[in-house]
Order: sequence, then structure tokens, then C-alpha cells
Amino acid sequence: MGILKVATATQGLQNYAESFGGFEKAAASRELSWLRKLRQDGFARFSETGFPTLRDEDWRFTNVSAIAQTPFRLVRNGDSLPSRKDLDPFRIAGVGCQLVFVDGRFAPALSSLGQMPAGVTVSSLARQLARDPGALEPHLGHYLNLQRDAFGALNTAFLEDGGYVHIAKGLVVEAPISLLFVSTAHDFPTVNHPRNLIVAEEHSQVTIVEDYVSLGGGEALCNTVTELVARDRTVVSHYMIEREHEKSFNVSTLRIQQGRASDVASHSVLVGGALVRNNVHPVLAGEGAECLINGLFIGNGRQHLDNYMLVEHASPHCSSRQFYNGILDGHAHGVFHGRIIVHKDAQKTDAKQTNRNLLLSDSAQIDTKPQLEIYADDVKCTHGATIGQMDESALFYLRSRGIDEASARRLLLVAFASECLDRMKEGPVRTHLENLVHEHALRLAGASHESARQEQIA
Amino acid sequence: MSLLEIKNLKVRVEDREILKGINLTLNAGEVHSIMGPNGSGKSTLAQVLARRENYQVTGGEVLFNGKDLLAMKPEEAACEGLFLAFQYPVEIPGISNAYFLRSALNAIRKYRGEDEMDAMDFLPMLREKLKLLEMDDKLLNRSVNEAFSGGEKKRNEILQMAVLEPKLAILDETDSGLDIDALRIVAQGVNAMRSPERAMLVVTHYQRLLNYIVPDQVHVLVEGRIVRSGGPELALELEDQGYAAIESIARGASPA
Repeated sequence: MGILKVATATQGLQNYAESFGGFEKAAASRELSWLRKLRQDGFARFSETGFPTLRDEDWRFTNVSAIAQTPFRLVRNGDSLPSRKDLDPFRIAGVGCQLVFVDGRFAPALSSLGQMPAGVTVSSLARQLARDPGALEPHLGHYLNLQRDAFGALNTAFLEDGGYVHIAKGLVVEAPISLLFVSTAHDFPTVNHPRNLIVAEEHSQVTIVEDYVSLGGGEALCNTVTELVARDRTVVSHYMIEREHEKSFNVSTLRIQQGRASDVASHSVLVGGALVRNNVHPVLAGEGAECLINGLFIGNGRQHLDNYMLVEHASPHCSSRQFYNGILDGHAHGVFHGRIIVHKDAQKTDAKQTNRNLLLSDSAQIDTKPQLEIYADDVKCTHGATIGQMDESALFYLRSRGIDEASARRLLLVAFASECLDRMKEGPVRTHLENLVHEHALRLAGASHESARQEQIA
Repeated sequence: MSLLEIKNLKVRVEDREILKGINLTLNAGEVHSIMGPNGSGKSTLAQVLARRENYQVTGGEVLFNGKDLLAMKPEEAACEGLFLAFQYPVEIPGISNAYFLRSALNAIRKYRGEDEMDAMDFLPMLREKLKLLEMDDKLLNRSVNEAFSGGEKKRNEILQMAVLEPKLAILDETDSGLDIDALRIVAQGVNAMRSPERAMLVVTHYQRLLNYIVPDQVHVLVEGRIVRSGGPELALELEDQGYAAIESIARGASPA
């Protein structure tokens, strides 16, 4: 069996090698030597390591063998685009613009570019590479650490398109910028590797939304990387929404580079996907930088939702806050793995980590792992995790006031989720997410109500 | 027709019989008190009437407004007009007091086929009730009972009762943990709600509350049975003599 597994894994890598060979010959902007090298280095690194296994400390709670064994194929030509109407459920009212990517490629016909103020560049990476590669070269691939991340390396090998956002110095962009990634159904399993680059120049302010959705029921892997550069004194909010269907794999990495006194908030809401891994990796490189990492994950069925954080404190007087709330029903499996590294010079670091979980069924599971590595001597680091069930006395209290059982469950779920929603700035994205969470809470409240009833009958 | 008729009610929790045949009739407009020592089954009776599910009813029946109360879910009992003021009100983080109250009121109105009340009409009504209980407006925006003092929690129960306007209110040791000032305010709130259409069942260990909420009848519950019933003077007698005398009589009378 061991030999068989190795054989399958090797064969899997062979598929990727063939796929990479074909991709390289046809990839956009292949004439840029730095880009060619970046892709080749990415693929070389991926070939060396292959997909991670449970023996890998960073992956000990998440088995990606289903990804490794599926013969995914790149979708080269978006021959059949969805209609604008198909995307209506995923429009966020009140955003400044929405760029749509179908199977990883920019779809201008489906995008709404809106009126962005002068000094804001919102474009696709492929277009920007064709137009002004010099602006990308100093950033692309400079922050992501390929050594520690096979999926990031794979993404870099197949880097071609994604969102590109640049905010000029001092500019405040109020309306959020939305990037919508749509996986469509094909008669074979598909893979796409969106690559986003967001650069907020000094003292600017912006809100970015990455939204991952799927249309149709095809098997798909979305392996995405975002490099976000927040220069000195910027205020950046980033939202990651995962709401793909139950056959989707989604692996995402958000690598944040923070300058002096920058203030970055990373919010993630994971409600969809079969197997989801969300990596958030801020490096607080400038003095006095602040980072909020706020996450909510709601799982049901056999969903596996893995939240992995690596927070690096590299300068003095920085603060980071991690708050993750998980709600798990059915056989869902959640992971919270929060690693904090405080480098030698990062004195006066203030790092806090909290993970709270609500398990709605006996078969739901959560692994929560704090990991602190502290090399400075004057720091404050705290962490805490709780795991609990739906509070039966609270449920009875609500029902005794006339509220029916499903509504009472929904109220309690929403209340628990609100701890995360309340940390988001009020505005169109939060409103959209509140509705999304209400919808899922309603579904879970009804479902767990039903399963409780069946248990009673049994 | 009586508002509440309890006939030979028997209740178990796990292997222990807690209520061993309770008979009690309550008419609209009446206030009855149930007194008894710790562990006599007072709170069990209150919780069973409010339809908490962890109790096993092994015999008897309860009619509320002529309907089978024991067949109702907690929310149905509430919508039919039953209200329990909890001995230990539950803290619910993340749901504001005002939102909770409006959700409850609207659930009940919907059940009765009435229009739901919007925030514009609801808030002024709520503020009026707050004044009656000398409660701070700020408590409305705070999470339900979260970090409330003991007195605030009990007042919050009576506030809910004032908003929901039940036909039958069961007060489960609403006096416990209250200082005399808070007790007066709570009693004032309760008395303001006495009416010919409404009945109340006041469960208490001590007689003091009954100085402020004067009952029409007092029942003494000992070891799962009502051993004596009488007028308000019975409460004073108990205060004088304690439960010991009545307990020993009850024990003597019950088959071992």
C-alpha cells in the first residue's frame, strides 16, 4: 500500500510537470525573463517537496491527499462564460468596482469597473504584466516564502492572472474593491491559480474583497495567493470570503507586508468548500504596525475548514490580534493553527490570540493549536481557546419567551458569529456578510433542529 | 373555566420522583403563592409548567385555558400566555436586550395573528415599562443579562413580563438575592400588572415578598405534595414557626 501511494503521488507530480511544460510555452508575458525565472523557481520548489503530508507540522490536521490524487487540469480557454445574471447572487451592493475572474482568468465582460478616483489602478495581473511589468517586478513573488509553502510554490509556477490593485500615496478609497473568483463546472476536474497583488502606498486607505464562488457542480481546486503590501501609515482592510460548493478545494495564502504604523485588518469568512485551507501570514516589518486577523468559519456535512496563521513580529511596538470563531455541525472538521513568531528585536510586542468554537453535533471536530515562538524578552503574548456546545439553558430561556426552537438556535448562532462580524467596519461588505452568515445560521439552525429531533425519535 | 388546573401532577427527574401528585386551581385575577423548604419541588413545578424538557411527567394533567399544557412546547406555552420569571435568568452574549424583547413580543403577536411591532412603536412602549421598574435605558443595548447585577437580572425578568403581558405569570423565587429596595421595586412592577384577567403564581421560600405582593391563597409544598393551603395568614404562620413543624407532620402523614 505504501508503494502504491508513492506511485500515485509520483504520477500526480508527473501530471503537474506535463501541465507546467505546456503552460510555460503558452503563458502570458513569457518573454519576461524575471517572470520566467519566478515561474521556474516555483515549479522547481514544488517538484522538490510535492504536496504536504500529515507529517508536516504545518499540515498535521489537514490531509490533502484528495488534492494530490485528483488529476486536475488547467482551463486554458474560458470558452463558455457564465452570464451576468448567474453572478447576481455574488454582487456586493455598494462596492466601487468588481473584477470578475472565471476559472482564474479575468473576464472583462462580466466585470464592473465603475468610477475609481485618479491614483487608483484596478486591473488584472495579465493586463498589467503586458502594460507595465516594471511596476510588478519589485513585488511579485518577493514576499511569499516558497520554501515553506508547496501550494504557494505551485501557484507561483502557474502565475498568470489575478487582481492587481495599486493605491497612490495619500489616497483614501472609500468604496471597497471587489475581486470575484468564479469556478465553473467542466466534465473534468479543474484547477486555477489566481495570483493577486495589492500595493497600498504610504498613508493611503483601501478595502479589498476576495470572494471565491462556484457555478455548477464540478470538482475544482482553487489555489490562490495574494501579496498585500501595506506601506507606512496605511489603513487596509482585506476580506476573504469562501463560499464555493461542496466539491471544491480551496487553498489560499494571504501574505501581508506591513510598514511602519500601518494598520491592517484581515477578515475571513469561510462557509463553503469541501476542503479549505486559509493561510494568513502578516509580517509586521515596520515599527508600531498593527494587525487584526479576524475569522469566522461555519462548517457542516463533511467540510474541512483549516485556518492557519503565521504572525511575524519583526519590529518593536507592534500589536497583533487574532480572533477566530468556528461553528461546526454534522461531521465537519475545523482547524485553528495560530503561530506567532516574535523576532529578537521586536520588543514591546503585544500579541493576542483567541479561538472560540461551537460544536453542534457529536461528530463535529475541532483542532486548535496555539504556537508561540518568542525571541525577544519584553513582550506580551496571550492565547486562549474554548470549545462548547449550544447552550441548552439559553435555548430554553429564548423559547420560554415565545421564540420557536429553530429561531432560537439561529439567534444564538448569529450572536456567536456576531463577535466576528462586529469587528468589521460598518459598510457594504459587512452588511453583505451579515446576510450571508444569517443565511447559513438559518440553515444550520433548521438542520441541527432536525437532527436533534431525529435523535429523540431514535 | 379556571385559567390553570393542575390535577394530580407527578414528575420525575431521572430516578427520583419530585412531584408526587399536585392539585392546584388558579382563576383569572387571582394571585397564589407556593411556599416550601429547599428541595420541596417548587422550582420543578415552575419549570414543568414552563415546559422545560428535562423533566419526565409520569402522571396527571395540566389544563391552561382549557388546553393541554403538557402537550405544548415552551414557545407554545409562552404564546398561549404563560410566563416564567426565572430564578436564575440566563446570560446571552451577543443578543441585545431590546432585540430579544422585540423578537419575543413579535413571535407571540404573530402566533395570535396580530401584526408585528416595528422598532418605532416598540421602543417608546419599552421605555415606559423601564421607568416603572426604575431601570437604566442602557440595559436595553446590552446583551441579555450579561454582566447584569443580581437585582438587574430580576428586574429584567419583570420588564419582560411587563412587555409580554402574559395571562399567567409564574415568579420563581424572584425575591432571592434582592435587597429590600430592589424587592420593593420588583413588587411594585408586579403589582402594577395585577388585573382581573391575569393570574400569578408566586413561588418563594420566604414570607417577606408576600408583604408586598399579597396573595389570595398560600399553598405549602413539602416533599412534592401540597400539605396545606390557606389565606395570606398562613405565610405569616410559617414565618413564625418555620418549615420544621409542617415538614414533620407531612412526613408522618406520608407512607414511608
